[in-house]
Amino acid sequence: MSEVAVSEPNVEMLPTQEYFINMGPQHPSTHGVLRLVLTIDGEIIKKVEPHIGFIHRSIEKMCEKDSYRQIVHLTDRMDYLSCHINNEAVCLAVENALQIEVPERAKVIRAIIAELTRLASHQLWWGVMGMDLGAITTFLYGFRDREMINDIFEETCGARLTMNYNVPGGLMFDIHPNFRKRTKDFCAHFRTKLPEYDTLLSNNPIFRSRTEGIGYLSKEDAIAYGVTGPSGRGSGFECDVRKHHPYGAYPQVNFKEILMTEGDSFARYKARILEMWESLSIIEQLIDNIPEGEFQAPTKQVLKLPKGEFYQRVETARGDFGVYIISDGNKSPYRLKFRSPGFSNLFVLDKIARGAKIADLVAMMSTLDLVMPDIDR
Amino acid sequence: MYDFTPYLESIRSYLETHLGHWGANFLIWTLVAVIFLAIYAVLGLVLVYVERRICAFFQLRLGPNRVGWAGTLQTVADAIKLLLKEPVTLRKADKLLYNLAPFIISLAAVTVLGMVPFARGLHAFDINIGLLFIIAISSIGVVGILLAGWSSNNKYALIGAMRSGAQIVSYELSVGLSLLTMVLLTGTLQLSGIIESQATGWWIFRGHFPAVAAFFLYLTASIAEINRGPFDLPEAESELTAGFHTEYSGLKFAFFFLAEFVNMFTVAAIATTVFFGGWMPFHIGNWEAFNHIMDFVPPLIWFLLKVSAVIFLMMWFKWTFPRLRIDQLLQLEWKYLMPLNLLNLIIMAILVYLGWHF
Repeated sequence: MSEVAVSEPNVEMLPTQEYFINMGPQHPSTHGVLRLVLTIDGEIIKKVEPHIGFIHRSIEKMCEKDSYRQIVHLTDRMDYLSCHINNEAVCLAVENALQIEVPERAKVIRAIIAELTRLASHQLWWGVMGMDLGAITTFLYGFRDREMINDIFEETCGARLTMNYNVPGGLMFDIHPNFRKRTKDFCAHFRTKLPEYDTLLSNNPIFRSRTEGIGYLSKEDAIAYGVTGPSGRGSGFECDVRKHHPYGAYPQVNFKEILMTEGDSFARYKARILEMWESLSIIEQLIDNIPEGEFQAPTKQVLKLPKGEFYQRVETARGDFGVYIISDGNKSPYRLKFRSPGFSNLFVLDKIARGAKIADLVAMMSTLDLVMPDIDR
Repeated sequence: MYDFTPYLESIRSYLETHLGHWGANFLIWTLVAVIFLAIYAVLGLVLVYVERRICAFFQLRLGPNRVGWAGTLQTVADAIKLLLKEPVTLRKADKLLYNLAPFIISLAAVTVLGMVPFARGLHAFDINIGLLFIIAISSIGVVGILLAGWSSNNKYALIGAMRSGAQIVSYELSVGLSLLTMVLLTGTLQLSGIIESQATGWWIFRGHFPAVAAFFLYLTASIAEINRGPFDLPEAESELTAGFHTEYSGLKFAFFFLAEFVNMFTVAAIATTVFFGGWMPFHIGNWEAFNHIMDFVPPLIWFLLKVSAVIFLMMWFKWTFPRLRIDQLLQLEWKYLMPLNLLNLIIMAILVYLGWHF
């Protein structure tokens, strides 16, 4: 819904024809293997049909023969930018089902790493967002700060992207002695660098004119389509799982749920930028209060969930991520369903992109922050 | 003190005595063509390297620094790679136009390059309608872009070409008008004449505010005209993969790529000629000693320094700003730049009429 009035061409004098264009699966701005079939009149989008399934790996089916400890590792490969939070969802589901008491220390470390993951994800998103709008420099600025987080992860658990740091019952290892200092250093560094994001992109008049009033999503539509995460909160949909269904260490921290009312691309953008400030504040609240004690609760070697259905939702960087386990009492689930936030967020694209231009579609896709492996699973 | 005219004249008369009038002419034409093609290629290589290094510094990285000293041979290696690449032929493309398009763009770029006065007497041709000729020839480039987009038989290329058509035709007006503002001051369209008229000071200092405004209007409009960021919509890679040259590969792609960089040089060279006194050294009022030292720096160095400064400015824009949307781009031209240019032109006309400029 562009604010700019598009003058309709005089149809009698100048007959125009709608045409199809395939955006993807190999296209620079679809961030992976997404194929969009666009119906276009000139440059104005009439219809968007997302075609997915290019990176489908049947993770849910694979989960049906794996043990619960193995399933945790598969979730890394879904939304690889919030891998730690995905792991946590499965772990929490298993812990709740088996009524394992997770040590406080593990809970707090989990929350800190989850917020660092969220920051890393948002930094990458911010860089890519700028790149999609033609400001390539932002990409490198985003990566500069993300690098520090990745270094912390590497030191903590040996991996930089797919970390597998969570196990049912707690964490795989204790934190590195340097962890506290490096995280504090990062927070101090990023507090000075985050305003730079605003100077470079948010306050740029070209950027503002490309995002403000573009891709309007009303609160009703956000709820109807199940758009969660910062994308949904950009439309004023109160959907922060950390706030409304708290888990882990989140009940003990004090943070704001970012809610915007505009519902346009810029509101979704701003929601993520403000969420970065909140994540920073959560980390700073927790980093000095990591309780001493065990980092892992004693668990059995083979985890067998009791018969029944279990659901756990967490807030990933993209929104509401859910794990639905149906167990028949064996060591692997009878059926396992992931509710991935990207899937719902993607299919709102047709709703918000009609009437906009191709260039706006790219901006909208960026603000929805799609990660294809999360959508296809 | 650095005047190339006598040397060139003596070479010409020497050739004429031995080869006759037409023989000399033919040899000179061939030589000039070869020299300019060489300049064209070398300029492209150098500018690609410079752009990559500068953008790397803007982006907190190092840029090419392995091949040759500080990576200087990187672009040569890239050029060799492009030369050796398989020329992909498209089955459904319009063969003639598809193959013709890169040459039209290169032709426009190299012809305009011929007009650039590198130093006193050092230019390929210097005609009395110089500025007009540059504006006319540089718009031929759009034909090449349109042909490339049309003949590739690719929808992305077509959208890119159509954008480019709308964009270049619109922004030419602003380029022309901002240069026209300066022509009021210079009183001539001939490039050598424009430079001679700045012997007492560059027009950007002598022309008051309208000259500065004209410079920025010219810079904005000409960046848009040569399809550079933030106005690189015809090849917006995040929207149209590569825009009008999506279907080109190897050497044909290199032609487009090279033309873009040489156009950047030409635009900077024209800005230098019209606003910054071309190859004229920098003088300050009555600082005789300072001015005398400045005179010793060869004009070619002065010219290249000024051009580099303008090119740096253009690269700075490209690596800082996001890209505009096509309707915003056309709005910028028709709603802001054009009226501003006309207003600027009127103010300048009044200034010149009253003789208020320095």
